Amino acid sequence: MTETLTGAQIVVRLLERQGIRTVAGIPGGAILPIYDALARSSTIRHVLARHEQGAGFMAQGMARVSGEPAVCLASSGPGATNLLTALADAKLDSIPLVAITGQVPRAMIGTDAFQEVDTYGLTVPITKHNFLVSSAEELLEVIPKAFEIAASGRPGPVLVDIPKDVQNQAIDITEWPAPGASLPPPSVDFDQVAEAAAMINAAARPILYLGGGVIHSEAAGVALQLAEKANLPTVMTLMGLGALPVDHPLSLGMLGMHAARYTNLALDECDLLIAVGARFDDRATGKVAQFCPQAKIIHIDIDPAELGKIKTAQVAITGDVKKVVTALLPAVEPTSRLPWLNRVAELKAQFPLALPDVDHPLSHFGLIRCIAACLDDQAVIATDVGQHQMWVAQAYPLRRPRQWLTSGGLGTMGFGLPAAIGAALASPERTVVCFSGDGSILMNIQEMVTAAEENANVKIVLMNNASLGLVHQQQTLFYGERIYASRFHAVPDFVKLAQACGLNAVDLDHHANPGAALLEAINSPGPWLIHASIDVNQMVYPMVPPGAANREMIGN
Amino acid sequence: MNATNQNEIMALHRAVLEIDVNNHPGVMSHVVGLFSRRAFNVEGILCMPVGDGKQSRIWLLVNEDQRLPQMIRQLEKLEDVLAVRRHGAEHAVFERLEDFFQA
Repeated sequence: MTETLTGAQIVVRLLERQGIRTVAGIPGGAILPIYDALARSSTIRHVLARHEQGAGFMAQGMARVSGEPAVCLASSGPGATNLLTALADAKLDSIPLVAITGQVPRAMIGTDAFQEVDTYGLTVPITKHNFLVSSAEELLEVIPKAFEIAASGRPGPVLVDIPKDVQNQAIDITEWPAPGASLPPPSVDFDQVAEAAAMINAAARPILYLGGGVIHSEAAGVALQLAEKANLPTVMTLMGLGALPVDHPLSLGMLGMHAARYTNLALDECDLLIAVGARFDDRATGKVAQFCPQAKIIHIDIDPAELGKIKTAQVAITGDVKKVVTALLPAVEPTSRLPWLNRVAELKAQFPLALPDVDHPLSHFGLIRCIAACLDDQAVIATDVGQHQMWVAQAYPLRRPRQWLTSGGLGTMGFGLPAAIGAALASPERTVVCFSGDGSILMNIQEMVTAAEENANVKIVLMNNASLGLVHQQQTLFYGERIYASRFHAVPDFVKLAQACGLNAVDLDHHANPGAALLEAINSPGPWLIHASIDVNQMVYPMVPPGAANREMIGN
Repeated sequence: MNATNQNEIMALHRAVLEIDVNNHPGVMSHVVGLFSRRAFNVEGILCMPVGDGKQSRIWLLVNEDQRLPQMIRQLEKLEDVLAVRRHGAEHAVFERLEDFFQA
């Protein structure tokens, strides 16, 4: 059957065929034809963000909990520029997104038309790929391709910029393309796998190093099997948290700048590092030349450009980490590895992670543990960026892949709330907690209104120290205590602010029974703000000073 | 002993990249963006369509640098890049153009 459809209708139909059920965005002049078509879709729900960056992070929240590409929409000009931060964030954390932006009509491109910006040019370095669509016909190829690229190999954001006249152009359609799907990963090189297995079998002090790629490729199960079969002490990157339950006997928790001392000290002694879906980020490695100085390296990653980028590996395997680790499993010999495990246990006992005041529910660690005690592993834990993020990474018992949503690579303050809303939209059966700080929450505070409108089951835990805490910390430690531009002299009444936006809110500061108040907020459906003041002089410890080797940690 | 001539100095310090790409607007900015973001100067650029015009070939003259292998791997990841071949600076492609670039 031949249908005559506009470019806008084609976009919406292709999204429907793709299985997209929720999109986040903000309309504007140049994308109105698509919104008009979207209004007539019976299967796609549009969530109206209050800032395009919020829409981008909502899509990220959906993608991070589901593993599937998610969609955000924005108009031309400022709509598109407001999306950029969320796209750059998705690029660095390898999150599959498809961003669709309106553009001025083709005839006006290059004329400095109203709300014209070179969206294509702006997004070249911060997307996995981008398109400027020049005809309605082309949409039939570009939209499925955008999903294919976003989901295939190392995932990432794809932007599709569509001029308004292309959205309005009507063409006859007789046949629909297949929805875009992830391409099959490359086949496993079994010679390399055998070589890697031999190295693991021969190693005396190996450590398994799991990154975000383990989460993306759904490889946590096989990674756990590998760790258990070969008795491999295991560290995780910030993005890899949840790959192995943090309380598993083989887990050494997060490595790097804010790792426990024993974790970094164990890495210092290891003779083999098995990096799986990790990219040797500087916050994980510290001074690269002194990272795992005695170790041979096996590096497994889907992105060949990551192999050898920072560290040269003895065995570098390009491949889907789930497939490669699965192939490794039968070739790895079961080993008790007692001397090394005993040594690691000794380090753990001697240099444990200090959680001061953890029993006090209104201390930073106490609050985090208190919230964890109210929840099970089905909850989703999102964070913003700063001290609170590191404390949660250190102290929250993360046990499940896709339980943990945080802005790792770009470190974007303002990520938390909209990402949490996106997670709640994609997983309405789950409770989503968003740990935030007073600096971060203000960067996308407007999305509280969206949370209220959607009745999203999001619990914002606001750890308020009236400061940009990590800046304050660095100024205290490394800039002679010259505290500048990191204290907020005017601080809003966040409880009233949340209530004004339509959220329920509770202030734990002056509550007779903060534990009970917390439990009530967490267990009541819908969005809540839970406010707690914390001490500005608390530091994220231990800490590797910027540029130092990981063994040179300061603090307790 | 012979003095080292200009071409030999170039051959020591430069490389020529031959890049097969899809031919449509924006491909060049994807390619050169990988160099500019690293503050890596591109000394020479040539680009012409090949065959039926659906593809182009880009020739880049770049300084030899330890970052070059990583940049080639990044080039290979671009959707519109079909193949990358690395040559020494003695490659004829830029030499033959010298007449057009007299000061």
